[in-house]
Amino acid sequence: MKQFGYSINPDRQIDYDLTDKSLLSFIVSFEPSLLSCISCGTCTATCTAGHFTDFNIRRVHTLLRRGEITTLKKEIQKCMLCGKCQLACPAGVNLRNLIRSIHVAVEKFNV
Amino acid sequence: MGKSVIIIGGGIAGMEAAARIAAMGKEVILLEKSDQLGGHLRKWDRLFPTRRKSDEVFEYLSNGLNDKVTIRLNIKINKIKKDDRHFFVILEDGESLKSDALLLTTGYDLFEAGKKEEYGYGIYDNVITSADLEAMFRNSAEIKTSGNQKPRRVGFVHCVGSRDEKAGHLYCSKVCCVTGVKQAIEIKEKQPDTEIFCFYMDLRMFDRYFEDLYYEAQQKWGIQFIRGRLSESCENPDHSILVKVEDTLTGRPLKMTVDLLVLLSGFVPSSDTNKLADMLGLLPGSDGFLTPVDEHFRTNETQVDGLFLAGTVKGPATIENTITDARSAAISIIKYLEK
Amino acid sequence: MTFNIFVLPFSLGFIFLLLTIFFRYRKWIKALEKEDRIRFSRGLHSRKFFLSLKEILFESLLHRKMFRKNPLLGYMHMTFAFGWFLLIILGNLESRIYSGWWINPPYYPIFMKFFIHDKHVLPFEIFTVPGFFRFSMDLVLVVILSGLVLAIIKRRRSRWFGIQRTTRLQLTDKVAMTCLWLIFPLRFLAESFTSGAYGYGGGFVTQHFGNLLAILYPFSDKSIAYGFWWFYSLSLGIFFVTLPYSRYMHIPTELLLILFRNFGIKHVKSFSAYADVEVFSCSRCGVCIDVCQLATANSILNIQSVYFIQSIRDRDVRADITMKCLLCGRCTDTCPVGINTDSLRLIERRNFAINQLPVQDYIPVSIREKAEIIYFAGCMTHLTPGIIKSMITIFKTADVDFLFLDEEKTICCGRPLMITGQEDQAAKMIGMNNHLIKTSGAKLLVTSCPICYRIFREEYKLDIEVLHHSQYILQLIRKGKIPLQAYFRNVVYHDPCELGRGSGVYMEPREVLEKVADVRSIINEKNRSLCCGGSLGILNIDRHQRDAIIHETLKTLMSGNPEMIATACPLCKKTLSKHSSVMVRDIAEIVCQAIPGTKYNPVAQLTKVI
Repeated sequence: MKQFGYSINPDRQIDYDLTDKSLLSFIVSFEPSLLSCISCGTCTATCTAGHFTDFNIRRVHTLLRRGEITTLKKEIQKCMLCGKCQLACPAGVNLRNLIRSIHVAVEKFNV
Repeated sequence: MGKSVIIIGGGIAGMEAAARIAAMGKEVILLEKSDQLGGHLRKWDRLFPTRRKSDEVFEYLSNGLNDKVTIRLNIKINKIKKDDRHFFVILEDGESLKSDALLLTTGYDLFEAGKKEEYGYGIYDNVITSADLEAMFRNSAEIKTSGNQKPRRVGFVHCVGSRDEKAGHLYCSKVCCVTGVKQAIEIKEKQPDTEIFCFYMDLRMFDRYFEDLYYEAQQKWGIQFIRGRLSESCENPDHSILVKVEDTLTGRPLKMTVDLLVLLSGFVPSSDTNKLADMLGLLPGSDGFLTPVDEHFRTNETQVDGLFLAGTVKGPATIENTITDARSAAISIIKYLEK
Repeated sequence: MTFNIFVLPFSLGFIFLLLTIFFRYRKWIKALEKEDRIRFSRGLHSRKFFLSLKEILFESLLHRKMFRKNPLLGYMHMTFAFGWFLLIILGNLESRIYSGWWINPPYYPIFMKFFIHDKHVLPFEIFTVPGFFRFSMDLVLVVILSGLVLAIIKRRRSRWFGIQRTTRLQLTDKVAMTCLWLIFPLRFLAESFTSGAYGYGGGFVTQHFGNLLAILYPFSDKSIAYGFWWFYSLSLGIFFVTLPYSRYMHIPTELLLILFRNFGIKHVKSFSAYADVEVFSCSRCGVCIDVCQLATANSILNIQSVYFIQSIRDRDVRADITMKCLLCGRCTDTCPVGINTDSLRLIERRNFAINQLPVQDYIPVSIREKAEIIYFAGCMTHLTPGIIKSMITIFKTADVDFLFLDEEKTICCGRPLMITGQEDQAAKMIGMNNHLIKTSGAKLLVTSCPICYRIFREEYKLDIEVLHHSQYILQLIRKGKIPLQAYFRNVVYHDPCELGRGSGVYMEPREVLEKVADVRSIINEKNRSLCCGGSLGILNIDRHQRDAIIHETLKTLMSGNPEMIATACPLCKKTLSKHSSVMVRDIAEIVCQAIPGTKYNPVAQLTKVI
């Protein structure tokens, strides 16, 4: 059984007040279509990389919105930019450019 | 001479509006392109949420059509003209019909599921639409796969052609969610051994008793709901269907074999509506459906004086809402004629 | 008298230009890779050199391609290029007759009419050697002036020349262009005034025009003429000095490009001397703007190859311009200089590559079962199952033993990564896929996706045959392996960019289609076909801009009034289907439908004429 005890466990909650949302507004200016996402999961269902790893391209959008940058940085490295998700996306999100924009932003701001 | 109204489209809205206008003593000509009245209603078996027989509703609507209503079936319209006071509907054989007001009740078409190619409709034998399934119910047939077997597992895909930029329809078709749940329950009632999965994005159980149906599906029938939109399906050698979806609640891609896949096709503006709107100079809304002058106060009037709209020509709606809207249109038209 | 101080501006400009060209040529040739340098020196002593001279004559001087595009445009370019060339040749010959020397100072032929005033006027002077030159020089000059008039009209009414949109010019371009435009009228006036003032020495036009000027300006002596000689020399001098910094640098550079190309020197993955020569060979004619669908469908007018190449030249390459390109290849196809604009984009895109993308350690490299033929549907094809189902039907009908390589777990071919500039990461994927293909022991790889097809052929270095399914189906039909029965009416074929312009496969799909359908041709087809709008080459346009391209392309396809649009690419099929009013089907599906007794009917609704 998991020991909750009295040891000092790091807080597992997303502290929305503390997370970094600056990246989101930067990315939105590059790729506004990300705001159309309805979290339906079509992208993840069809994702080539997602069949082999725990990569979940839908979560990229959520992580960005929540400001979970550290996880986000690791996630986007798994994408092959093949574009299948974009062809399937019912909301018209420009997923290839979204991933690329996040990479550019991460490099630019060195986050 | 008394004033008259032409109603184009003999579906639910057209029939109910005709009945109401005729009841108030006006002459009505009800034009229908097919060889029978009732529209989509005639293809449906039982209606949500009460599972009343659709034929009962049709019977009610038919009974309303008194001798003031002239029913014209198999009609093809060539042209519509308007002068200051009258509409002239010119048919393909050259006949010209004259009226003081015109009501468009041309309804909707079901989204052609084959356009969503990745789901395999028209390609794989065991992918069918909600309309196909309803036809099976109506024939009181057993639900069977193409291999004439009872399906052990059935999948329902919500939002086919709705909320889909790639399919060209960004709007929600409103009634597919509840239709899917209703049909899932009906399969269970007929064949309780069948396992049923609904793949949904958001369950929009917006109307009265819809939510109850959802509870019933889960509690009574054990129907399972997986939150995720299908990306694609492929066919196994035994002609069962392998679906790919993300189970968004666990955040992992999921694949599953189903024996029968039902696509819940959405509403699209009917092709005839587009043609008629063109003739009448009406601009459709961004979704392609026609729009009244005001969405709260003048819900049946158009920019064209004497031209009215009712029912699903204005967008997806339940049968209940369509009937109510037809009555509202009837009132507006009577008021217009007596002006 | 063989010298006057006014020749200095010309002479200094000319020397400056010669030196600049010499040093640039030297720089480019020195910067070639070793093998390319060997190719170059071998080329100079081979037949290819003469072929290059022929190409220079036809393309750089006569502007054959421009003529094909628009006769008026071709004529205009020809008058300048070939006309000036003739003036130089004839002028040099003429001046030697008068000077009697083998070697003249370079300015001498240019300003000869200032120094020599030949009194001989014979009734049939055209049949004498000096008279012939005098006549021809005037004729050529008048022809050039007619071209100049066209050039001026073109700046105002480019549509008459088949050009919808002209290039925005830079300052040096404007200065050089003004000088270029002044050169010939000034020469004409200088010669006319001189021959008018002397009363002899001019040709059949300049003399008469000079005589007229002498009447109009009776008080003028030779000083007006002298002024024009100064202006003429100045305009030449300034043109030569600005030339290396303006678009006119394309004139000397293009000659080298033609040599390079004919000697087999090609683009490499990084920015090479060859690429630099291409960059400087761009004449900024702007032909690439009109064929670009970002311009025609979306009015995006700052990213076309002409501006992109300019940004390389200005060392100001920006990510948005570099990335904003469909890579459809239409501009490469139409470029009169033959610049491979797509390759330049790809080279520059590498500079904007992202370092960490992606970690692909997860790609499974498992040895599969062996097979003679492997079928690789491609990622996109999995979203168009009609194509897969048809291919499987076709394989089975032809009784072929095949292995469906990417049936379960699709592996990306790497091209989508490569064309975003992620060359290294793509190479890694190529390596892994390559291994997978090799271990299957197959002798033939068939793919349904033109994107995969292109990279398999260009980058995979496979030692087995690679065919797109349209080619493979044609082979099967020719061998009589698939019986065909149906005949469909009114089909228009859409050439996918990657298959057509990208891989040169135009005829096989048509030949297959013609077996089963009445194929109609439309204006923009084969190498001129449009992009469907689904291009993976571009990332930074939104869905509305893509829609605009789809509508434009559909309009072109519908000009053939088809009942069905045929294509040979899952991405094109899916993209065009979105807005098409008629059905869009892949060649494989149409062929599958024509096989007697097939259960699967992808085009069932269509009229079938057996």
